[in-house]
Amino acid sequence: MLATLVVFLPLIGSIIAGIIVFMPSDDKEVQSRRDSAAQIATCSGLVLSAFFAILVFKDVALDGNAYTHELFTWLDSGTLEVSWALKVDTLTAVMMIVVTVVSAMVHIYSIGYMHHDNSIPRFMCYLSLFTFFMLMLVTASNLMQMFFGWEGVGLASYLLIGFWYNKPSANAAAIKAFLVNRVGDFGFALGIFAVFMLFDSIHLDSIFAAAEGKKDTMLTVFGGEFHALTVICLLLFVGAMGKSAQLGLHTWLPDAMEGPTPVSALIHAATMVTAGVFMVARLSPLFEYSETALTVVTLVGGSTAIFAATVACVQNDIKRVIAYSTCSQLGYMFFAAGVSAYSAGIFHLMTHGFFKALLFLGAGSVIHAMSDEQDMRKMGGIWKHVKVTYALMWIGSLALAGIPPFAGYFSKDIILEAAYGAHTGIGQYAFWMGIAAAFLTAFYSWRLLFMTFHGAPRADEKVMAHVHESPMVIILPLIVLAAGASFAGYLGYENFVGQNTAQFWGNAILVLDSHPALENAHHVPAWVKFLPLVVGAVGIALAYVLYIMSPALPGMIAARFQGIYQFLLNKWYFDELYDMLFVRPAFKLGRGLWQTGDGLLIDGIGPDGVSAVVRNISRRASALQTGYLYHYAFAMLIGVVALVTWYLFAHVG
Amino acid sequence: MLEIGLGHYLSVAAILFTLGIFGIFLNRKNVIVILMSIELMLLAVNINLVAFSSFQGNLVGQVFAVFVLTVAAAEAAIGLAILVVYFRNRGSIAVEDINMMKG
Repeated sequence: MLATLVVFLPLIGSIIAGIIVFMPSDDKEVQSRRDSAAQIATCSGLVLSAFFAILVFKDVALDGNAYTHELFTWLDSGTLEVSWALKVDTLTAVMMIVVTVVSAMVHIYSIGYMHHDNSIPRFMCYLSLFTFFMLMLVTASNLMQMFFGWEGVGLASYLLIGFWYNKPSANAAAIKAFLVNRVGDFGFALGIFAVFMLFDSIHLDSIFAAAEGKKDTMLTVFGGEFHALTVICLLLFVGAMGKSAQLGLHTWLPDAMEGPTPVSALIHAATMVTAGVFMVARLSPLFEYSETALTVVTLVGGSTAIFAATVACVQNDIKRVIAYSTCSQLGYMFFAAGVSAYSAGIFHLMTHGFFKALLFLGAGSVIHAMSDEQDMRKMGGIWKHVKVTYALMWIGSLALAGIPPFAGYFSKDIILEAAYGAHTGIGQYAFWMGIAAAFLTAFYSWRLLFMTFHGAPRADEKVMAHVHESPMVIILPLIVLAAGASFAGYLGYENFVGQNTAQFWGNAILVLDSHPALENAHHVPAWVKFLPLVVGAVGIALAYVLYIMSPALPGMIAARFQGIYQFLLNKWYFDELYDMLFVRPAFKLGRGLWQTGDGLLIDGIGPDGVSAVVRNISRRASALQTGYLYHYAFAMLIGVVALVTWYLFAHVG
Repeated sequence: MLEIGLGHYLSVAAILFTLGIFGIFLNRKNVIVILMSIELMLLAVNINLVAFSSFQGNLVGQVFAVFVLTVAAAEAAIGLAILVVYFRNRGSIAVEDINMMKG
């Protein structure tokens, strides 16, 4: 029952705010009261929801009472039977906590951050709606319901990226996010079809029960025989790649930073983008039976981790740095899942949710203080003015870089150890990529801190005079998230990945005995345990040398290695590549169809052609009417002559 | 010595009639010329009537010709009266300006 409340309270809040959207008022006083009403409705809904989520977590995860709560039947057609049901087990409970707590904090934060905006109810409505869809996704008891939530969060993401719809770049980013996700969703949908074909059901419980029996089944795809579960898992993973911005389908995430900062924190860092990781973990009973799929997951995860980290090192937009960082951390989660350490991935998902939301909201606070400036090259030297934000950003960065005792240390280390402990070639690849990414993570995090807060101020005097600490309503959520970023790792370690793992997760995650990566993780050599910490420290030291001791050095390095620098600055030219491969041909095709197919053929022959012919004929006909009397008379005469001639020849002659 | 026969009269009448037609259709200047051309055509017809009447020895044709002359005079009077009124109204009787029926 509590779970139902957790899921539907945000929906109720969203509906209330949505109603308020449709009754705007010209009176400023009235409008501000309505704004407040929308804020109160959504925030209280979310805070209550977060509170209940914690109760659910205690009941389900700690006391081990997993259950499925059936709401009502959705579809019943032949053997396809789909119902709305809330499947609440440990995995769901963990996700619920992350989603509702971060969302509640973001809601409260938004009151302060969106203070000057003139469509507050709309914003709050979208935020709550997103939270509802996300909760629907994580509580799904069948793949169709998961797909419903999946598409719903995509919609909310689209609406929120394009929230400032009079900004062309925001609209473009929203469309891009939607379209790139469509590629992934197509894979997901195909995966669901394949699941139904193989199992004759899309209920998670029944497919999990049947998975082992189908582990050797073959499936015919395009005339070839393939291992059925591999096909399914790869298709589903394409969906996960799209939503979680993995290498290849990642291009939308940095652009999504066009949205308001709270949106970036909630959707594009803490919750929605982790849906892919959640899905892989949720479907672990399928992925476990396909070595190929797991290898692909590891490969993609490891590659994304290093790719995004390299790009993050040279970006100048504060939010884009964090966005690429998110991309990179998602890579960690995926390769954790790829080596069957799903629980480590989910553990990192949770800690990452806290510290990345903290970093984003902190960045928002900085942007707020800097009068909406996002370029780090125009910041610097503001730490004295925004001490609280500064301290919170440090906590977030420490957690991100994996410095003990902050949350990231526990989750990132267990992932790297598990990758090493997998004792497979691909595991080694992921491990070394992860170590390199850890080094870069520490580097770019401190680069961000140093460029933003230290050194000589690079903003103009007007902005600097205006720099101020954000109000309490912004700081308070940051403190809550900072608490999560500080302690979640330590508190969760034993349950998530330590001694109590098996008991804690129950049946939520399946790991075969042939995949002992997580077990091995606790018995890796000492150097594996310390290496991430060492490279993290080296990364911080390097950032200190480059951005505090000799700030001229980075420019010189960039000039010296111009090729590499440009390559990274342009994000490995992924956007250009896609532009060339897909966007421009699509435009060309569209233009061709429009101008040749529609304009020339259909319009030309159809409506336009007919009307042109009619107009032409009528113009000639009216040209006959000259108005000169003698023309009419002449016509008459011609007629008479013709008639007489005919008469003479026909009757007389 | 050339004998003047019916054919010659008819030829003169036909030539006059054709001149009348061309007078109407090639005329770009003045409505009065049109009236004169119509008059010419009527006279051509009269020549036909008189010529046939004379060669067939039947007076009816010549009576007809006299009637036609009378009617033509009346018609010319009415036509000229219309022209005068028209000129007063529109300030011109140039053929090119009379195209109000143009579509």
